[in-house]
Amino acid sequence: MAASLRLRAAIVSIVLFAVFIGIWHIATRQTTAVVAMSPEYAKLMGVTATQGKSAMPGPLDVGAKLWEHIKRPFYDNGPNDKGLGIQLGYSIARVGLGYLIAVLVAIPLGFMIGMSPLISKALDPFIQVLKPISPLAWMPLALYTIKDSSISAIFVIFICSVWPMLLNTAFGVASVRKDWINVARTLEVGTIRRAFTVILPAAAPTILTGMRISIGIAWLVIVAAEMLVGGTGIGYFVWNEWNNLSITNVIIAILLIGVVGMLLDQILARFTRMVTFPE
Amino acid sequence: MTDKFISIEGIAKRYPGANGGTTTVFENFWLSMNRGEFGCVIGHSGCGKTTVLNILAGLDEPSEGTVIVDGQGIEGTSLDRAVIFQGHALFPWRTVLGNVAYAVTSKWRKWDRARVKAHAQKFIDLVGLTGSEHKRPSELSGGMKQRVGIARALSITPKIMLMDEPFSALDALTRGTLQDEVRRICLETGQTAFMITHDVDEAIYLADKIFLMTNGPGAVLAEIVENPLPKDRGRIDLHRHPYYYALRNHIVDFLVSRSKTFAAENPGHDPRNVPVVRPGLVEPAIVAPPRAVDSNPSQAIAR
Repeated sequence: MAASLRLRAAIVSIVLFAVFIGIWHIATRQTTAVVAMSPEYAKLMGVTATQGKSAMPGPLDVGAKLWEHIKRPFYDNGPNDKGLGIQLGYSIARVGLGYLIAVLVAIPLGFMIGMSPLISKALDPFIQVLKPISPLAWMPLALYTIKDSSISAIFVIFICSVWPMLLNTAFGVASVRKDWINVARTLEVGTIRRAFTVILPAAAPTILTGMRISIGIAWLVIVAAEMLVGGTGIGYFVWNEWNNLSITNVIIAILLIGVVGMLLDQILARFTRMVTFPE
Repeated sequence: MTDKFISIEGIAKRYPGANGGTTTVFENFWLSMNRGEFGCVIGHSGCGKTTVLNILAGLDEPSEGTVIVDGQGIEGTSLDRAVIFQGHALFPWRTVLGNVAYAVTSKWRKWDRARVKAHAQKFIDLVGLTGSEHKRPSELSGGMKQRVGIARALSITPKIMLMDEPFSALDALTRGTLQDEVRRICLETGQTAFMITHDVDEAIYLADKIFLMTNGPGAVLAEIVENPLPKDRGRIDLHRHPYYYALRNHIVDFLVSRSKTFAAENPGHDPRNVPVVRPGLVEPAIVAPPRAVDSNPSQAIAR
């Protein structure tokens, strides 16, 4: 029954996809009537005016272009013409680095906040004020102080992914069942061993949930950050292709951003399942 | 004083109350037990039973007074005093063996894996869980979880086993078999045990001494009831023993009425010298013989 539900869901998904592609294809096939014009003028106007073709690429154009990109993902023809693999690689590396630093800061700090009511109360006002700040608002300050656009982007990723992890870690640590702590206490388990053998496994599902939220936010923010800092990355690629008026490439980039984001989320979801324990 | 294995000496517990005052749960509380004894505390909710146990465990601190165990004043928790928690408190991310082994490695940090495993296995076998070593707590029934809790507590070979209503969350049948196990283990190993319970029959079956506490706040230890039933008593035929009802009635009477009025009726009660009672003599029958029933008038008419 479960398999059959899956099969039926897959069929519906394929049908929906086909309908979407079909509508897209029809909608972009022909829009305006062909206007007669002199050959010189036609050269300037491009295919939209001369052949009545829509400026929005159809699914076949996108498919063909995507195939080209997939065939050569890592070419490098200078600063403004790099393969999509390279661009995505830059973005993933930035997200990975900023995210890793955020993990290294947020989890120990979250532990301290969760374990000490004093630190929790003392840091609370700072966290409350800093948390709602859009990560991109930090960009000018980062650019001014760090003086390196690429590192500034990493800083922005750090600052946006640190909060969900910090708050979830603190919450997870603070709400470890009292009984489990008491077990450790009656067994005379030291603070360090208690943190690693009782609190960490007990809080791990909550911490991983925070990490999963963070990676999603980091991937959302990197596109915007790279549009601002420029140079490399998938966000820059989107903006560059917009300037090139290559809507085909923009659509391909959007698609790939979605796919990579999904993969990142799935990786964290898998980790979460690994540390989740049935009660 | 030296013969007392556990000696709770004049402890008090106070909490800051509303409008600046303090709420005293109990004060000047004295209690002692000998080595190898099984003590049960019975009292109504809120009399501070759990606080007494937590102080004895070192999880809570008394506002006044000291607790001496085996000639030494206690400071905080200790591996000498194992606790069996009401909600079993097993680590769900560890297996049965892992939970017991965690306690074993906490006590003997230098032991190698094989030794820890063998030691843990011995106690898993003792509580009758052989074959379930690699199951997670979520795969076990409530009774089996509490067995693991008992194995974990026993595995560190504590001087005292402390139990806070360990079986209250279990169904009657499971509770019965676990009471049998606990009694068997305590008799076999000469384990000193201190238990809190609501269940009068549980106390009668398990305890050598039953400590009756009055209602809080300001609870006191009113009486120590010595169990007159023989050591080899069985759970099944407990109620057939001639002293059983005398003992049971005494405890139930205390819980129903005397626990409320004790303080008022006994102004000269000395908490250091609590009266020891040993019910056993046939008490006067408190149930009046049934009156002769009048013949039913309506039946008379019908006839």
